Amino acid sequence: MTKQESVTPGDEVAVRFSAVTKRFAKTVALHEVSLAVRRGEFVTLLGPSGCGKTTLLNLAAGFFSPDGGEILIDGERVNDVPTYRREIGMMFQNYALFPHMTVAANIAYGLKARRVAKHEIGRRVGEALALVKLTGMEDRKPRQLSGGQQQRVALARALVINPTVLLLDEPFSALDKNLRSAMQVELREIQRKLGVTTIFVTHDQSEALSLSDRLAVMSEGHLRQLGAPTEIYRRPCDRFVASFVGDANVLRGRLDRIDGAEVSIAVGAVRVSVPSGSLQGALASAPVDLYVRPEHLQLTEAGEPSARTGTIVGQVFQGGHVDLLVECRDPSPERLLVRSAGYKAMARWPVGAKVGISISADEGVAFAVS
Amino acid sequence: MPRSTYQRLLGFFGKLAVLLILGFLVLPAAVVTIAAFNDKAILSFPPRAWSPRWFARAIEYQDFRDGFRNGLIVTLWSSTISLVVGAMFAFVLDRYSLRFKTALEGVLLSPLVIPHFTVGLGFLILAAQIGWTRGYPVVIVCHVVLVLPFVLRSVYVSLRNLDQSFELAAASLGAAPLRVLLTITLPLLLPGLISGWLFAAILSFNEFTASLFVTAQRTQTLPVAMYNYVREFADPSMAALSVMYIVGTAGLIIFANAFLGLGKVLNIEQKLLKEAP
Repeated sequence: MTKQESVTPGDEVAVRFSAVTKRFAKTVALHEVSLAVRRGEFVTLLGPSGCGKTTLLNLAAGFFSPDGGEILIDGERVNDVPTYRREIGMMFQNYALFPHMTVAANIAYGLKARRVAKHEIGRRVGEALALVKLTGMEDRKPRQLSGGQQQRVALARALVINPTVLLLDEPFSALDKNLRSAMQVELREIQRKLGVTTIFVTHDQSEALSLSDRLAVMSEGHLRQLGAPTEIYRRPCDRFVASFVGDANVLRGRLDRIDGAEVSIAVGAVRVSVPSGSLQGALASAPVDLYVRPEHLQLTEAGEPSARTGTIVGQVFQGGHVDLLVECRDPSPERLLVRSAGYKAMARWPVGAKVGISISADEGVAFAVS
Repeated sequence: MPRSTYQRLLGFFGKLAVLLILGFLVLPAAVVTIAAFNDKAILSFPPRAWSPRWFARAIEYQDFRDGFRNGLIVTLWSSTISLVVGAMFAFVLDRYSLRFKTALEGVLLSPLVIPHFTVGLGFLILAAQIGWTRGYPVVIVCHVVLVLPFVLRSVYVSLRNLDQSFELAAASLGAAPLRVLLTITLPLLLPGLISGWLFAAILSFNEFTASLFVTAQRTQTLPVAMYNYVREFADPSMAALSVMYIVGTAGLIIFANAFLGLGKVLNIEQKLLKEAP
């Protein structure tokens, strides 16, 4: 494992999918997906099950070939290059540690396949074990390890061969919550330290938001949006992305006016400005849906001008924050989720209290109602 | 709630039925075992006087010695060949989508439904055509055909249970297909392969009906030798031989179970590995 100093992703493309299409029998698993992963970058493929994210990863791994389009690794077209000649490191959901081999033999497997000299193998296996903090576990069998340790071995095994790209298929789904967050931090540290290009597949949006340099949101075989986690979270490009990534309240409003890149939308008794986005060319006073994150809604005393008025019907204490559920009647019956940072909100807004709801300036995205 | 008379009767007869069935299962072996220790030269039951002398007679009898040796030769060859052939077909059936897959499977499993004497007779006619009736090859080929379905099943089931991500992981680490086969697939299939081989060996060693057709005096296997013996004599050496047969086979199965038991543990652990929290 050569340690590279370049920690920030460069501009050079390590893996490129260009108009990749994949069909299974009659279903189209991927529909002309294009995506360029830069060297050293950590890109997450996020989407519900069946969206094609794992198919895309398996195509990068070479477990099958695409029906259309091209896949390039390090600038070389690999459509017809078999897996074992691709210089990839892959970590499977179930880790797939070889049960009949020791930890050391598991890690050495890729080096042996490359006919690395014996003393060199010993040294690199030692380094890899040190990297994942498992020194001394060489002679254990996988079944003697805990879930977290198995995962570290799988990571060490994938990294020891200095892969061009590290492919991770929902590696944390089998771990409990605490171990999962610890492993996430550790994975990201190791990935940064080695500067290894990484494609990570998950259906867990919070995992995707916290780990990635960039996020590719997929659904039904299409790439919906590609961008930095903050961008995806703040400016989702469509209704699917807005509701899949993070929680969202949908408030029906009316288009007030379009002012270049901004639109003004009337929601209840207030006006909010959001980027015009997909509303370019929409007619004034057309109905629109405003998607607002729970933390961008505020409760106000009833009677003040507000976007909605309603009654508190539930409080969910989440430790770091409080989720307040507000039932509104006007203009149509709906429930809104308001997130408040302090636990004091629970005393201030008890269940049954009449409240108004306002929207933080600039936050939210609007989509036309079709 | 007290159980009704009806339920109690049902429970009683249920248990009785199970006991009877179990009894009938071991009855023949028990009768033969007791008869084997008869001192008299007739297969009477129950014996009046006891002696182990028929065991000595069975071991010393030349036809039995030859039959045992022939049986071993046939068994080792046929179970090994059927393991290789069966494993290859199992791979094809499991890994490739073929147009005539169902037909192929049907042909491969057909010896299960074709009577052994039909297979034996068929091979005898064929062997007579090419003048091969006196050698081992026809016996071995015949046995391969008969035990193939069992080996095929055994390997196929092991293959089905083998998590393919192990092979994909090996490929992702740079192992070419042959290396994956030798270092991952075969070692993980080993319990299935061994149990398939053992099953084949036991079936082949005990096979009688088809062997009666395809063996000659020089190649007759132990069951055939025993059959020829009972046609002439009716002393307990047959029973003694049967007891040795049972003990030998049971020993082999117990040994294999200890070995394959480990294999099963390994399989279970693979599954646990997959679901490890």
